[in-house]
Amino acid sequence: MTTITKHKITDLFLQNKPLTQNFENLRKMGLETLEIKGLPALKEEEYKFTQISKRLDQQITNFKAAQPASLNKELIQKAIFEGFEGDIIVFNNGEFVPTLSTVSHQNYSFSLLSDSKSEILGSIAKVENDPFVALNNLSFKDGAFISVPKGKKVEKPIFLLHFNQANQGQVINQRVLIDVAESAEVTFLENTISLDEEVYFSNSVVEVRVAQNSHAHYYRLQNENRKAIVVNNFVTDIHRDATFTSVATQLQGGMLRNNLTMNLLDSGCEGNMYGLYLLNGKTHVDNHTNVDHTKPHADSNELYKGILADSSRGVFNGKIFVRQDAQKTNAFQQNNNILLSEEAIINTKPQLEIWADDVKCSHGCTTGQLDEEALFYLQARGIGKEQARGLLLFAFAGEVMEHISYEPFQLYCTNLIQERLGSKF
Amino acid sequence: MLSIKNLHASIEGTPILRGINLEVKPGEVHAIMGPNGSGKSTLASVLAGREEYEVTEGEVSFLGKDLLELAPEDRAREGVFLAFQYPVEIPGVSSTNFLRTAVNQVREYRGLDALDAVKFLTIMKEKMKLVEIDQKLLSRSLNEGFSGGEKKRNEIFQMAMLEPKLAILDETDSGLDIDALRVVSNGVNKLKSPDNATIVVTHYQRLLDYIVPDYVHVLYKGRIVKSGTKELALELEEKGYDWIKEEVDAAV
Repeated sequence: MTTITKHKITDLFLQNKPLTQNFENLRKMGLETLEIKGLPALKEEEYKFTQISKRLDQQITNFKAAQPASLNKELIQKAIFEGFEGDIIVFNNGEFVPTLSTVSHQNYSFSLLSDSKSEILGSIAKVENDPFVALNNLSFKDGAFISVPKGKKVEKPIFLLHFNQANQGQVINQRVLIDVAESAEVTFLENTISLDEEVYFSNSVVEVRVAQNSHAHYYRLQNENRKAIVVNNFVTDIHRDATFTSVATQLQGGMLRNNLTMNLLDSGCEGNMYGLYLLNGKTHVDNHTNVDHTKPHADSNELYKGILADSSRGVFNGKIFVRQDAQKTNAFQQNNNILLSEEAIINTKPQLEIWADDVKCSHGCTTGQLDEEALFYLQARGIGKEQARGLLLFAFAGEVMEHISYEPFQLYCTNLIQERLGSKF
Repeated sequence: MLSIKNLHASIEGTPILRGINLEVKPGEVHAIMGPNGSGKSTLASVLAGREEYEVTEGEVSFLGKDLLELAPEDRAREGVFLAFQYPVEIPGVSSTNFLRTAVNQVREYRGLDALDAVKFLTIMKEKMKLVEIDQKLLSRSLNEGFSGGEKKRNEIFQMAMLEPKLAILDETDSGLDIDALRVVSNGVNKLKSPDNATIVVTHYQRLLDYIVPDYVHVLYKGRIVKSGTKELALELEEKGYDWIKEEVDAAV
């Protein structure tokens, strides 16, 4: 048996880091943090239930960056769902592919991070938040910068479409920076397609600045291959009177860890976090969410729901931090789970730290099985058992789906869910 | 129509029903009364196919079929309807969608074509009048946030939609005020025909002023210990159950 130290895995990454000239500051911060802290060790509280380092040690043999896979228009066509209209930004193992993307530039601007010289890169997702941010800082080759100018409403959604496949290396680094200026409005969709069934490690960082009075939505689907190891750090700075809504739908992967952070930086702003994890096989999904209320009169709403079958595993950790200044905060959090098998596991933990005294905060989590009484009620009206079961599970999941306000994507995700619930789960 | 012979049932090893015999013919209304814990609701549940109960002895035939062999959904499709004592709240499932699924599955089982949305709505509107139920209620999630009376009314509305041959009302009257009781009973009475039968399980004689039974049975300790006509119910109202309990316990 090999003993795993955090340093072994960290070293493997460090040995294989790309030699680049750009983003010096970011690279330096990343390296320093990794050298001191390293990737999470076995007993590390934040990664207690999701031992990414161990999984990487067991399954990743080539810590080099994956080279671009072979992509074509048909693959893109296949990934587009019914009713979709808008721009598609295609990434091949984390690298932007201009030839397959459609960037209209009409209502927003798009550039490579290396061209953008944006000053906010690395200031929203901070290295001290999570060691994988540091690793990403060190490793990403280039990334995408999307900015929506002041007062613009981007009518059609912007679809970030990732294709992942281990190729002369199993590590994929993704980096995206989004800057939504004052009073602007935009919706993003994200999906990742695994090109084969082989293991890869994808480490992504998405930073979003939602400036004063703007509205941004981010709808993400995770339905990767059964071996994929994924860490995603998604961090948003939400400014005065701005609203940001995230809806995450998670259907498949090997081990997925999502760190979602919303920094509510001023009054009148709102952060919404919705998530559905519908898991089977051995899929392991961990959602660590973090809401930071810093100023008075800001709201956060959070609802994560899970349905776990077979020997799948879910982890939910919802942190709400209400600072002393943040009076009149409304913060609501809810996590509900249904376990469909004896082997499925859920670890759920709300974590509230409240330093202000005039706030409304609530949290609750439930874990149970399918409501037998409800099932019997439907059967007693003539509805077959399997269909009744599907109906109840779908109703449970639907509460999250209704927050996807872009209808074609809602329908697309809903169909995937119904397909899953209709088949042997 | 329904023939129950020597029915024994238990839950988690505890016997509840200890030899029930009952014959119900088309067009009849049977009331089953009895003190708390006598097995009334158990009988209703066993007939509808609730899985927690284990039938240990006896047989039940419904229109010539062995009812106990059928899954709950097939009993419903054959024409058995249980109005729940405690209707279940199901968030996220709209009453209308639920009913349409149910009605069409029942129709499919009986070899009838599925109803399209327009036809379904027409029938629904017509049946809504029976129990004076508001359409707004039906666009909401099934029973969610309904008052007690609304839930019971919804049960009878579902019964009207599914057109059962045998309706079993499990304490449908409990907790209803007089107005709600009148509405619910009117609904049941309007649905009565020479071809279908009703079993009314109740704790209170009051219901029987509205739904007039042909037979009244008293259930005690898992057996029917006394049967009679509606006069028996009046006698029970006046004298309570103690005299029956004494009679039975003395005989043992």
